[in-house]
Amino acid sequence: MITRSVGPNRGRNDLIWNAVAWVVLLLLALPAFWIIMTAFRPNVEINTFPPVWIPRRLTLEAYANMFGLNPEVQQRVAVEAYLRNSLLASGLSTVVAVSLGTLAGYAFARFRFRFHTPLFLGIMLSRAVPGVALSLPLFLLFNRVGLVNNVLGLALVYVAVNIPFTAWLMDGFFRQIPKELTESAYIDGCGHWSAFWRIELPLSLPGLATAAIFAFLAAWNEFQIVSVLARNNAAKTFPPGLFAFTEQFTVDWRGMAAMSVIMMAPAVIFVILVQRNLVSGLTFGAVKG
Amino acid sequence: MATDSNAPTDKAPAQTRFIEVSRIEAGFFPFAMISPAVILILLVVGFPLLYSLYVSFTPYELLKPNSLNFTTARALRNYQKLLNDEVFWRSLWNTIVFLAVTVNLSYALSMALSQLLARVTAGQSLLRTLLMVPMMFAPILVGMQFRWFFNANVGLVNNFLISVGLIQEQGQIAWLVDVPLGMISIMIASIWMNIPVLTIILLAGTLSLPAETFEAAEVDGASGWQKFRFITFPLLAPFSYIALTIMSLDIARAFDIVRIMTDGGPARRTEMLWTYITRLAIEDTKFGLGSAMSWITVSLSVLFTLYFFRQLVKARIVR
Repeated sequence: MITRSVGPNRGRNDLIWNAVAWVVLLLLALPAFWIIMTAFRPNVEINTFPPVWIPRRLTLEAYANMFGLNPEVQQRVAVEAYLRNSLLASGLSTVVAVSLGTLAGYAFARFRFRFHTPLFLGIMLSRAVPGVALSLPLFLLFNRVGLVNNVLGLALVYVAVNIPFTAWLMDGFFRQIPKELTESAYIDGCGHWSAFWRIELPLSLPGLATAAIFAFLAAWNEFQIVSVLARNNAAKTFPPGLFAFTEQFTVDWRGMAAMSVIMMAPAVIFVILVQRNLVSGLTFGAVKG
Repeated sequence: MATDSNAPTDKAPAQTRFIEVSRIEAGFFPFAMISPAVILILLVVGFPLLYSLYVSFTPYELLKPNSLNFTTARALRNYQKLLNDEVFWRSLWNTIVFLAVTVNLSYALSMALSQLLARVTAGQSLLRTLLMVPMMFAPILVGMQFRWFFNANVGLVNNFLISVGLIQEQGQIAWLVDVPLGMISIMIASIWMNIPVLTIILLAGTLSLPAETFEAAEVDGASGWQKFRFITFPLLAPFSYIALTIMSLDIARAFDIVRIMTDGGPARRTEMLWTYITRLAIEDTKFGLGSAMSWITVSLSVLFTLYFFRQLVKARIVR
């Protein structure tokens, strides 16, 4: 599969390529390691000059401060509220978005019908609307029905925002299931629905998990809409919570890093779980029109 | 390939060719499956957008509830204001420059990185995990971290430059303030965020290319660059367009980065369409004007995405 140079130089070339790849990727990942390291360092090491590159001591102070366990520091960050709102909005929206997106993705993958392409394109383009632009009318409309500063309102928006990408991914996953399987299900007397529900859906569960994690992370990381719709800690999620750090006079970089680590946890799980599925779901359409 | 591509039926008109001809005819059923998704999107995205179009024709300000009324004579006032607004043009220009540089550089760097990774013989999976590290970051977090790194006084970048003796302790560089460094800093952050997904898709594409083609080229004495230019690159076209389409769908995430790194400042040097909307509508409560601005932005985003989608569809047909 992979092309390699042939001849006497091959061994040396391979060594060079490997070394270059490692250096480049370590550089790419470096900022992340710095953030994680910062969360566990004493403050004196962070704000000194000349900088301390390698930590001399690790500490959980930042977390003690954050959760109000340190009596000397007044608790300023409402992590519990952010966590609750983030989990609620992301969790609820993921369940609904994945359900609706899977149904739509299946229809696009399996059936021929009028307006197939315009409908698919329309759904995808709805995703291209920038959050800032959408947040203004949503604020006005939600204000009338009491959904401003409301986690449920937020979840509703995230459902709509997440359906397109879910539908795209699921369309790709369903197309990888051989068509003959559906046809034999029809011959055995299955209707369209039971062929979907009993045969194809169970086969696409790994894809479904990938789509779910993606939807969850998109909602978890969303900033533009929540920063307009959430007015206080009753609805604020992690991203506006993190943004609040910058509004203080002196930015508490370590506190920020500590909260970032909490916020990153679901994404770390995601990277471990779905590497492979993600690629096949995204790229399948490229090989097979 | 030959087994799963059926002969095209004469029913399929030319413009819908990318619909796989082997799909099943099922009457009303597919519409029933799609309708919940469509209805929800119409309700939460479609209707609000139409409403914001209406608002954009009124002089509405949030603190003056009576100003939400439509008069034909003043309908286009907001759009006129914007067209005569120097800051609007500057933010449009900044956005275009930002997108042109970020999209192209992200793509070029990811292409290079994917070719590099395809040659790696040891530790592939560990390297891929490293590659995905930036994906763990929310856009707001990317902005936050680079704001810190580029901070003039306590930032990692200046500290590093001083440590290796490239700049003096007094000569700290004001990364987020100077022209054009502010813009460049934002671009770097944005490119860092874009690289993983693009690289993963291009790498998957590269690894799926048939080895025989390359062997034949080697027999003909093709150089490494020639192999890339005339085989890998053209064959990767569908993968490239998938990658670019995904990037264009998410391009407005850059707003989070700009908002937290510079918030369009200082003195509007890094103002972009998205930050200007926030300034007009949220900070100045001019919802009418902000909505007009939103509509211009939405149109541009949709056209941008539509363009890549068309290319994607075309690339699929060729195969």
